[in-house]
Amino acid sequence: MGELVYARDVYGHTLVELGKKDERIVVLDADLSSSTRTSFFAKEFPQRFLNLGVAEQNMMATAAGLAACGKIVFVSTFSMFATARALDQVRNTIAYNNFNVKIVATHGGLTVGEDGASHQALEDVAFMRSIPNMRVIVPADAPEAKEAVLAAYREEGPFYIRLGRSKVASLEKREKFELGKGYILAAGEDIAIVACGIMVKEALLARQMLSAEGITPYVINIHTVKPFDKDLIVEVAKKVKGFVVCEEHSVTGGLGSSVAEALADLLPRPLRRIGVRDKFGQSGSPAQLLEAYGLKANNISEAVRSLLKWKV
Amino acid sequence: MNKEKNDKVKMLADKCQQMRRLIVKMIAEAGSGHPGGSLSCVEIMACLYFAVLNHRPHQPYWSQRDRFHLSKGHACPCWYAALSLSGYFEEKELWTLRKFGSLLQGHPDRRTPGVDVASGSLGQGLSVSIGMSLAAKIDQEERKVYCLLGDGELEEGNVWEAAMAAAHFKLDNLCAIVDYNRFQIDGSVEKIMNIEPLGDKWKAFGWKVREVDGHNIEELLEAFGSFKTTKGKPTVIIAHTIKGKGVSFMENVVDFHGRAPTKAETEKALKELGED
Repeated sequence: MGELVYARDVYGHTLVELGKKDERIVVLDADLSSSTRTSFFAKEFPQRFLNLGVAEQNMMATAAGLAACGKIVFVSTFSMFATARALDQVRNTIAYNNFNVKIVATHGGLTVGEDGASHQALEDVAFMRSIPNMRVIVPADAPEAKEAVLAAYREEGPFYIRLGRSKVASLEKREKFELGKGYILAAGEDIAIVACGIMVKEALLARQMLSAEGITPYVINIHTVKPFDKDLIVEVAKKVKGFVVCEEHSVTGGLGSSVAEALADLLPRPLRRIGVRDKFGQSGSPAQLLEAYGLKANNISEAVRSLLKWKV
Repeated sequence: MNKEKNDKVKMLADKCQQMRRLIVKMIAEAGSGHPGGSLSCVEIMACLYFAVLNHRPHQPYWSQRDRFHLSKGHACPCWYAALSLSGYFEEKELWTLRKFGSLLQGHPDRRTPGVDVASGSLGQGLSVSIGMSLAAKIDQEERKVYCLLGDGELEEGNVWEAAMAAAHFKLDNLCAIVDYNRFQIDGSVEKIMNIEPLGDKWKAFGWKVREVDGHNIEELLEAFGSFKTTKGKPTVIIAHTIKGKGVSFMENVVDFHGRAPTKAETEKALKELGED
């Protein structure tokens, strides 16, 4: 397993790099800059950093006003508050205007841990994915988070990038980051496991467990949930009997839904979704929570086995 | 009053009459829209577009332009009238208001020349304007930012987040105007959700507060002038207005918040507004 790194650390450093080369970059935070690591940028560029206090709605609409005047605005807070709290501002004032606002939210998903349900965003990808113009990226590790931030900087228009709270192990193998493109991390047969975020690592672990039984599923990393790489899903669907989709998110509206929609539209295949099943989170360690909510490699393996046995 | 000032006030009063006729006609033609709150802010908008704003209608995206944002987006017929009379687009576009494919959407949209940011969902415009003010401050440019808010809109919590932030950042390049026409869709603001004491609220948030008769052009011009010389804090102009101003049977009538006049009402209204 690769090195353990905070993706949000890498985000903070990447912002500083971008701030050095582009004066248009302005960074906003809502009293969480030490957690989101926008504090790194604040230290280097105090004139271009604005702490808006605990007022996310104002922050999002302020970001829109800055973007309307030619700024490239990075906005950070926790996923819960960036999406649910300020949804109307993000929808009507950032996305509808197609403004250059990059929402990089940290503390997404169950692995927020001990803070519990109020701070564990499990619907954020669904919210953001349903908004026109919005691009959505859920990086699997820190290097991918950096690529996602750079892609959001390069491309005009709004982005939502979801990072976690905990350190993540860097993938040992990867393909060049291309916005809107997934890639096959491990080729295989019969079943394809599709994952994003920290679940990519679990998918690889599941494949390892299954290979002892002679089962070798594909593992596919889809970092960009939107625009969604339907072509890759169809290409793989031609070679497999079914899909298992894994995400640290509700099974409603996120990556699982994206894959289900693509398959239903283009080439139907049976599908199992690994994710949080219409429930809120709770306090606990990240490891305990992933286990309790069925988001571990053994849950993925079980889903693969059940698909292999499944008859129409 | 000196002659130059007198001529300016007369010119603006004339623009107001023209704008009112255009508003009534375009909403009648559209068959829906918000006449009450469009007619109440006519003097405010006329002063801005024909006397206060530093802008170039034939160069809508000129980078040094002052910014205007209509937070009470439903009053866009008034904005469209001002933009068209300024020369941002031809008058004939007004007759396509709210129709499929129109440059003029039911609420402001960036496809309209002169509209920098869409609005319609209330309570967000002051925050947008703060972003524009901060951009000017960061760039060390003299651009001013004007934001027109409704009174009912002040019931949105986002407005007060913004009020706090604008004073915190000492945005003296930001001028908010409240079109205080005292009515919202369901009835009088006082009865639905009282916003008084309004001046005290803004003062407590750290703003310079001016209260004016929102139909008195001289008072409005004076207030805008005082905004430009205020340093260290944002300005709010609380403009006391009459909903539906200028059309006798629309004045202070809640029903005209959000419905178009009938054919007969349109004719009567235009006659009152001096249409030949």
